[in-house]
Amino acid sequence: MNFLVLVKQVPDTEKVKIDPNTGTLVREGLDITMNPLDAHALELAVSLKEKFGGSVTVLSMGPMNTVDVLRNAIALGADRAILLSDVALAGSDTWATSLALARTIQKLSIQYDLLICGEKSIDGETGQVGIELATLLNLPAISYVSELIEIGRDFVLVRRSVEDAHEIWKAPLPVCLCVLKSVAEPRLPTLSGKKKAMDAKIEIYNVKDIKIDPEEVGLKGSPTRVVKVFNTKVSRNCTIYEDKDVPEGINRLAELIRRTLAGEPV
Amino acid sequence: MIVVLNNRVDRNSFELLSKARKLADKAFMKLVFLLISNSKKNIEELVRFGPDVVILALHERFERFSLDPFLSTSKKILEKYSPSIVLAPATTFGRTLMPALAASFRTGLTADCTELDVDEKGNLLQTRPAIGGNVMATIVTPFHRPQMATVRPGVFEIEEQKKRNTIFVEEPVENPEDRCQLVRVEPKQAGAKLEEAKIIVSVGKGLRKKENVELAFRLASLVKGAVGASRAVVDARWLSHDHQVGLSGKTVKPKIYIAAGISGAVQHLAGMQTSEIVVAINKDRHAPIFRVADIGIVADASWALSELIRRLERDDDGSRR
Ligand SMILES: Cc1cc2nc3c(=O)[nH]c(=O)nc-3n(C[C@H](O)[C@H](O)[C@H](O)COP(=O)(O)OP(=O)(O)OC[C@H]3O[C@@H](n4cnc5c(N)ncnc54)[C@H](O)[C@@H]3O)c2cc1C
Ligand SMILES: Cc1cc2nc3c(=O)[nH]c(=O)nc-3n(C[C@H](O)[C@H](O)[C@H](O)COP(=O)(O)OP(=O)(O)OC[C@H]3O[C@@H](n4cnc5c(N)ncnc54)[C@H](O)[C@@H]3O)c2cc1C
Repeated sequence: MNFLVLVKQVPDTEKVKIDPNTGTLVREGLDITMNPLDAHALELAVSLKEKFGGSVTVLSMGPMNTVDVLRNAIALGADRAILLSDVALAGSDTWATSLALARTIQKLSIQYDLLICGEKSIDGETGQVGIELATLLNLPAISYVSELIEIGRDFVLVRRSVEDAHEIWKAPLPVCLCVLKSVAEPRLPTLSGKKKAMDAKIEIYNVKDIKIDPEEVGLKGSPTRVVKVFNTKVSRNCTIYEDKDVPEGINRLAELIRRTLAGEPV
Repeated sequence: MIVVLNNRVDRNSFELLSKARKLADKAFMKLVFLLISNSKKNIEELVRFGPDVVILALHERFERFSLDPFLSTSKKILEKYSPSIVLAPATTFGRTLMPALAASFRTGLTADCTELDVDEKGNLLQTRPAIGGNVMATIVTPFHRPQMATVRPGVFEIEEQKKRNTIFVEEPVENPEDRCQLVRVEPKQAGAKLEEAKIIVSVGKGLRKKENVELAFRLASLVKGAVGASRAVVDARWLSHDHQVGLSGKTVKPKIYIAAGISGAVQHLAGMQTSEIVVAINKDRHAPIFRVADIGIVADASWALSELIRRLERDDDGSRR
């Protein structure tokens, strides 16, 4: 059984800063990590490989420092790591990202029974790449997968979590699954894993290698344009009740509730 | 032409139609509602929100969402009408179908919008939160059509229109193929009903222990409201995810939002800023939640909730006497 896991490198969003003058992100000096959800996707693949045999390939598109993220994936149990990296890819939106990833999978003839993506990244957080990619590859796809129940030679049984229900779906292989956190709990890398990762070869390709027309990807190939990025500033004028005024605050709140329930203006 | 696409006639449909009607008027476009569903339930209600045309694609296959049949059907219909803008709710339905449509049409898709406008060239200005709610981004799709966006439930006002002569069209649906097979459906228990509540009592880690969440339920039932929660509370399994308010939870718009023991992280604010009046209860005078509150009570959250319950119960007795 072959597993292909998509991993995205993301800035550590806890530390993201906004340039107060331009309103844009300060990306310099930010640590990068594996998109947290992708660690769950990877763990699902690695644990299935351990049970049923086969191999786990991780694929990423991103700047050169993504190599570190891919090494980490190997330390966590991936067998093969592929990075698509090229300045021509900078500024890709989800369409261009999916196209580049689809071409890479096709050009390198990567074999897989399961293509696993995270539900969304923590930076762009569109949750669109998995489904767009599956569509370009003409794969069946199931989103919001909360559990993999069973996998057979030519099918997979999954639980899908939607607003009003859990649904159990049977899908043929190969299939693309966009997974939620609950599919697997990521492990910590072992010492031997880390050693293996240090020596591992990360395969790196550029757009020429994959025969991607640079006009089709990056900012040029992207249908969407981010025209403005701005900080969310919200503030209200808060009346504070503290110490001895607290009971007065509670009375005011009770009055507010009473008026609202009575449909009176507040 | 603007198409609003959904698999049922519900609040999300009304919110999207209300907003899309304004965009359509501003850009001199027709407004079409495309329903892909197994039932005509509530379709008469649509006319109140001003679509010029309602297109129905009905088939028993559409009882529950599955990508293959919904994609092939919606693709065919959208190809026929070639709209300039396609909108769908950012539900598990819209967030799955729309990316597949965007990929098929080789066009852009903006996720999870919280604001929409059109400029004089007919470009859709799509504004959405990203990076954990730390920033808002405005996105356009200048050269590709249709322009596509999913829209966060709960951010647009439902506004009725004066009646117009809505045309209903039924599009034939041939037995659509599906490579996947639905085995079983296990309903979740009724949701937290946060979207409809006038008063929300939302609890955070400052409630200290799970048992204290009961206070929020008592208060909510007293005021016919609903119970919300921060993610910390959901992560601690005090409440299920459908109570979560915020970026990765629900967007709410009640008249009164009571945030009890919630610190006010940006991701939480992303879901409750649209509340009319915000009341914060926190024992830390400097908690960020106070910056976005109208009324701030610096006190122990459980104590304050119990006091409020006592106060309201007393009012209740008074009125009965
Ligand atoms: C503020 C901001 C807003 C944006 N809004 C939009 C928008 O509305 N529409 C749009 O089209 N683009 C948008 N983008 C661009 C978008 O973030 C990038 O296209 C990005 O490369 C992929 O989208 P995502 O981060 O949303 O990934 P998601 O679709 O959220 O990621 C889902 C999964 O896909 C896989 N994946 C995603 N990217 C990669 C990758 N590079 N390599 C390997 N696997 C990957 C991972 O498994 C991941 O878990 C925005 C960017 C920013 C900074
Ligand atoms: C990608 C991403 C998405 C996220 N999405 C969401 C989301 O959708 N919704 C969400 O809520 N969060 C979300 N978060 C998490 C968010 O960043 C915060 O961690 C979370 O909101 C904190 O919850 P809290 O305020 O209940 O807990 P804490 O941060 O622990 O704050 C507890 C508060 O209670 C106060 N307190 C303590 N004791 C008392 C007492 N006795 N009486 C009164 N007050 C007291 C403290 O002063 C403090 O302000 C997300 C985070 C990320 C990274």
